Amino acid sequence: MIPLSWYLAVAAILFVIGFYGVLSRRNAIAILMGIELMLNAVNLNLVAFWRYTQPDQVAGQVFAIIVITVAAAEAAVGLALFIALYRLRGTVHIDEIDLLRG
Amino acid sequence: MTLQDFMPILPEMVLLATAVAVLMVDTFLGDKRWLTWVGLVGVLLAGAATYWLALQPPADFQDMAASDAYTAFFRLVILVVTGLGLLMAMNWLEAHGEQQGEYNALLLLAAIGMTLMAAATHMLTLFVALELFSLCLYILAGFERERASSGEAALKYLLLGAFSSALFLYGIALVYAATGALTFAGIAQKASLSPLFLAGVGLLIVGFGFKVAAVPFHMWTPDVYQGAPTPVTAYMSVATKAAAFAAFVRLFVGTLGVEKSAWVPALAALAVLTMVVGNLAALSQHSLKRMLAYSSIAHAGYVLVGLAAANTTGTAAVLFYLLVYAFMNLGAFAVVIALERQGEGDVTLSQMRGLARTHPLLAAAMAIFMFSLTGVPPFAGFFGKLYLFQAAVQANLTWLAVIGVISSAVSAYYYLNVLVQIYMADPETPPTLAWRPVLGLATLVAVVFVVGIGLFPDFWLQLALGGMRVILG
Amino acid sequence: MPYGYVWLLIMLGLAAGVAMMMMFLPLLLGPRNPVPTKYEPYESGMKPFMLPRRRFPVHYYLVAILFVVFDIEILFLYPWAVILRDLRWFGLVEMGVFLGIVLVGFVYAWRKGALEWIR
Repeated sequence: MIPLSWYLAVAAILFVIGFYGVLSRRNAIAILMGIELMLNAVNLNLVAFWRYTQPDQVAGQVFAIIVITVAAAEAAVGLALFIALYRLRGTVHIDEIDLLRG
Repeated sequence: MTLQDFMPILPEMVLLATAVAVLMVDTFLGDKRWLTWVGLVGVLLAGAATYWLALQPPADFQDMAASDAYTAFFRLVILVVTGLGLLMAMNWLEAHGEQQGEYNALLLLAAIGMTLMAAATHMLTLFVALELFSLCLYILAGFERERASSGEAALKYLLLGAFSSALFLYGIALVYAATGALTFAGIAQKASLSPLFLAGVGLLIVGFGFKVAAVPFHMWTPDVYQGAPTPVTAYMSVATKAAAFAAFVRLFVGTLGVEKSAWVPALAALAVLTMVVGNLAALSQHSLKRMLAYSSIAHAGYVLVGLAAANTTGTAAVLFYLLVYAFMNLGAFAVVIALERQGEGDVTLSQMRGLARTHPLLAAAMAIFMFSLTGVPPFAGFFGKLYLFQAAVQANLTWLAVIGVISSAVSAYYYLNVLVQIYMADPETPPTLAWRPVLGLATLVAVVFVVGIGLFPDFWLQLALGGMRVILG
Repeated sequence: MPYGYVWLLIMLGLAAGVAMMMMFLPLLLGPRNPVPTKYEPYESGMKPFMLPRRRFPVHYYLVAILFVVFDIEILFLYPWAVILRDLRWFGLVEMGVFLGIVLVGFVYAWRKGALEWIR
């Protein structure tokens, strides 16, 4: 069986890639994709921990399902907001969206 | 399972039914005037359910959520704030021609998430509750679709909020890995200072830091608070803080209290940064909403002082302060709503000039809120700060209390500057007023509570202590 | 400060390191040979005959978003279906309540005209 640490390493790398995407991208949709990547990394973690530490309880698995749902809801709300903003401003580049400064 | 098992989450179910009812009334009946009142009736029913539950012995819902005195305290705070939020938005929505049904339904759904935050005793409930109210608030922040700054606020709030949720979630996963438990009770049993556990706790602090707007995780706050529609800003500035701190206290002081040494230094550092940066940045603001945003950051700092004290008096002071802060900040924002000009979505300090001449009552209300936010004795805000800083001294964190007092003295400058504008300055153009009866009612309620809690602080402190005893035994 | 926070720092350092590496490695390792074919969408494929950046009607995205929301509901039906026998009537009623709430959302979207293709 593949040791647990391998799954954790993959999840950590996935998380860091998502993290990098959030920090480096300037397009709001790409940032959202980075966030989704981070959430999926956590899912991998949750399922791996569930499988290796307590396969008799389903808590970790159920948590992963809920996280998938939340990620979908977040994407739906996010994309809807982006569309509304795009109609108004013609862009979703966060550098060009800078009305609020102080 | 029987119907009886659902009783501990009765208030949330009432709120859910109300939100659904609001949506259906909005869809099938043409008359929009009823929507606010339907929502308000639901909030009152949920309040009655909370009261009834508070008389029952503590119960829990499948190890997921607890209904005890602590939950009841925060349910009370959040329901009152939600009721006031519905009232404050009513005239505003009419005047702006916005979707009333969606607004009220989203506000009620957010309230469910917030009360569940206080009730959560399981990481799953905590996460779902957090996301539920966050998602509703993202939409509400972008509610004025014709105003570009509203959409911008929503975009920034969503991106940073979702980012912080992902970090928070990773923290949950690491704590799960270290302890093998997701219930708070299970985590408390297995808590140990392993690297995995500490990394998880660190990420949880970051996640909560984002939600309560603690420095250095506050970057989104000024932009979002300024850009969002004012009634939404009012609601989220107080309700989000109450909900996030409710879960923060239950999880950290209650569950992770055994490993206090691991997180108290981190929280003390956060508290210092938050108080100092929030107050200093607020000094140079011209926009009233932006100033109140920085002031809300500073207030999160004061609350963190109580959390860092991590004893019964400190955390009871946190509860008390969140209650007081809800009324004084909502009240201040109600005045901003009244002064806001159509389509601008913001009020500058100079727009407040000479308000006392044209609208003495409104000016007096604003004066009360500003004095209370500063922490001037007869008002509720003074007792809130007093209890917090006292608790810090008791917990041998005197230096923290000293920094708190100094920074709150700095805050007097910008709060009193508002009053100088209102009472001393001559109006360039007389302030225009979108003054309407329901908004006036909401302001009046806020004034009554700010003065009332200031006159009888002990009753409310006892309530808070009663809630904390559930957690700390 | 407890010693254990070191691990958090190491993780943050690793995260920053990987991110920096991703930014700078292409500059060092990537071969640079700018010939015109490099700038075509498919270096060894057919020539593109039209711009792919056509505009989709934005309504397409709205329908897609609605689809995502209702699609996820199925995710909860699978585990529920597996243990439906053990849950008996209670499970049926509870799923009914859940689907009822989803249905409210559906009715709302319908009545508000989100499902009409042309408005």
